[in-house]
Amino acid sequence: MKPLLEVEDLKVAFDTPGGRVEAVRGVSFTLGRERLGIVGESGSGKTMTGRAILRLVQPPGRVTAKRLAFDGRDLLSLPERGMRALRGRRLAMVMQDPKYSLNPVMTVGRQLTEGLRRRDRLSAGAARRRAVAMLEAVQIRDPERVMGAYPHELSGGMGQRVMIAMMLIPEPDLLIADEPTSALDVTVEAEVLRILDGLVRERGLGLIFISHDLPLVARFCDRVLVMYAGRVVESLAASELEQARHPYTRGLLRCLPAVGGPRGPLPTLRRDPGWAE
Amino acid sequence: MPSRGGLIGRRARGLAGLAATLAATFLGLLFVTFVIGRVIPIDPVLAIVGERATAEQYAAARHALGLDRSLLVQFGLYLRDVLSGDLGTSTLTAHPVLEDIGRVFPATLELATIATLVGVLLGVPMGVSAAVRQGRLADQAIRLVGLFGYSMPVFWLGLMGLLLFYGDLGWVGGPGRLDTSFQFVFDLDVPRITGAILIDTALAGAWDVFRNALTHIVLPAGVLGYYSLAYVSRMTRSFMLEQLHQEYVTTARVKGMPEWRVVWVHALGNVLVPLITVIALSYAQLLEGSVLTETVFAWPGLGLYITNALFSGDLSAVMGGTIVVGAAFILLNLLSDLLYRLVDPRAR
Repeated sequence: MKPLLEVEDLKVAFDTPGGRVEAVRGVSFTLGRERLGIVGESGSGKTMTGRAILRLVQPPGRVTAKRLAFDGRDLLSLPERGMRALRGRRLAMVMQDPKYSLNPVMTVGRQLTEGLRRRDRLSAGAARRRAVAMLEAVQIRDPERVMGAYPHELSGGMGQRVMIAMMLIPEPDLLIADEPTSALDVTVEAEVLRILDGLVRERGLGLIFISHDLPLVARFCDRVLVMYAGRVVESLAASELEQARHPYTRGLLRCLPAVGGPRGPLPTLRRDPGWAE
Repeated sequence: MPSRGGLIGRRARGLAGLAATLAATFLGLLFVTFVIGRVIPIDPVLAIVGERATAEQYAAARHALGLDRSLLVQFGLYLRDVLSGDLGTSTLTAHPVLEDIGRVFPATLELATIATLVGVLLGVPMGVSAAVRQGRLADQAIRLVGLFGYSMPVFWLGLMGLLLFYGDLGWVGGPGRLDTSFQFVFDLDVPRITGAILIDTALAGAWDVFRNALTHIVLPAGVLGYYSLAYVSRMTRSFMLEQLHQEYVTTARVKGMPEWRVVWVHALGNVLVPLITVIALSYAQLLEGSVLTETVFAWPGLGLYITNALFSGDLSAVMGGTIVVGAAFILLNLLSDLLYRLVDPRAR
């Protein structure tokens, strides 16, 4: 079967007045209709990897790759118009914090139906029905009222469910979730993840789940990429996380507290400059 | 999410609060103009009776003006007069001040309105284009145009404009609102409905007068409009740059929205929130009577009126003009507050 996404030697660099900053330095992986986790600390390049796939890196950022293909189509040579069509229909991304990722001066309804109305030329009524159905699918109890609400009138968990609904409305093939729960409370996080998990399974999407939370990714995904300083340092099945070999991954795992474990100070990650090479 | 009824109640309370603030501000304004009227070194009695009046004549005039009573009583009387629409009589024109202002203010209003329209209709698109092309040639060019407008004194720009477009090229009308010949036609045949010359002549169907008025207003409105454009485009650019870095802009792109929609609908909708205040302030500044522009162009507006009144010690006219300017500021603030609520759901 043809893979959904092929990434080979992906690089993202920024030319700044202070010199060239390389955020992603040669990332390669392929993705089928599976759930891939990308973990790493802040600045490891995981978010930039996600945005480069959607070609959303803004100048002065520059994206290069030996191969970056979605469903067999080369994304880097695709004209902007073709890329827009892919973004609206087949590729989607849920971002970190609904407080910032939803437009504050537009009603939820307008934001949800925008794609259906503008691109798919659906009538107002039909678009609205689709949006309400999608809000129900993300388990919002009062979808009619939420449609008329503004983002600041929603709680974080509701906002993120609206975001997920908005991204799943066009029924994409690949969803990138960039730290979708790190702005939420732990209890709300579990609920949003459960909804996301259900929809991804039910619809058979490919998912790239970006997070800094290693155990969460291990529970949620089939496969895990561990990134460090713009590179993938380890790639392994989520179930084999315990057998991770790279000292960075092992170090991360050791830093996690365990319920009922020893109460002494947690070990500090000792970094080896060699990891970044 | 509050219920609808609660929302309406909250909105009503908000508006009531706004009205109270406005009333208090207006009272403060009256107090300040009153105090100014008492402290500036102009003797209103002397201005009326002249230097050769006897002490009895002086005292009688002083009594007639109520200046021999306590300040508090004077302020009370002043309040009563102003609130009943009596701003006193101008010693310079011998007309009631309110009548004078009714005649000169529309000229300023017309000029300021056209200038603001020019500033907004050109300045906003320019600012947006500059922000979208940040650092590129178009951005540099637009910023240069803005910088020039910022740094040139308005009277110099006005004089140079007159010299070139009126003196040398003869493309536009000269100082004043009309050529003298048309002034007669205007005075005799055109009823004053709004006081704005372009609107009144258009309503009366006096198109030759209209065209002449247009050639006269183009230059002063253009100069003030350029000034407003410089300010509006600069602020729009910086607000837009800030919004383009927000995450919701990325969301719109992820949804596959075309770039024009991302910029002109998603980002601009958020830029409008702070921009409304900027536009209102710039408009208010123009309304205040651009004294220099009105002097250069012999434009019979409020700025020129207040200046002339000031130089001839016409205290009632100065105070009346100040009240009108202040009231215009307050009204524009109210308007921008209301518009602000309209574009920003968080402020409701």
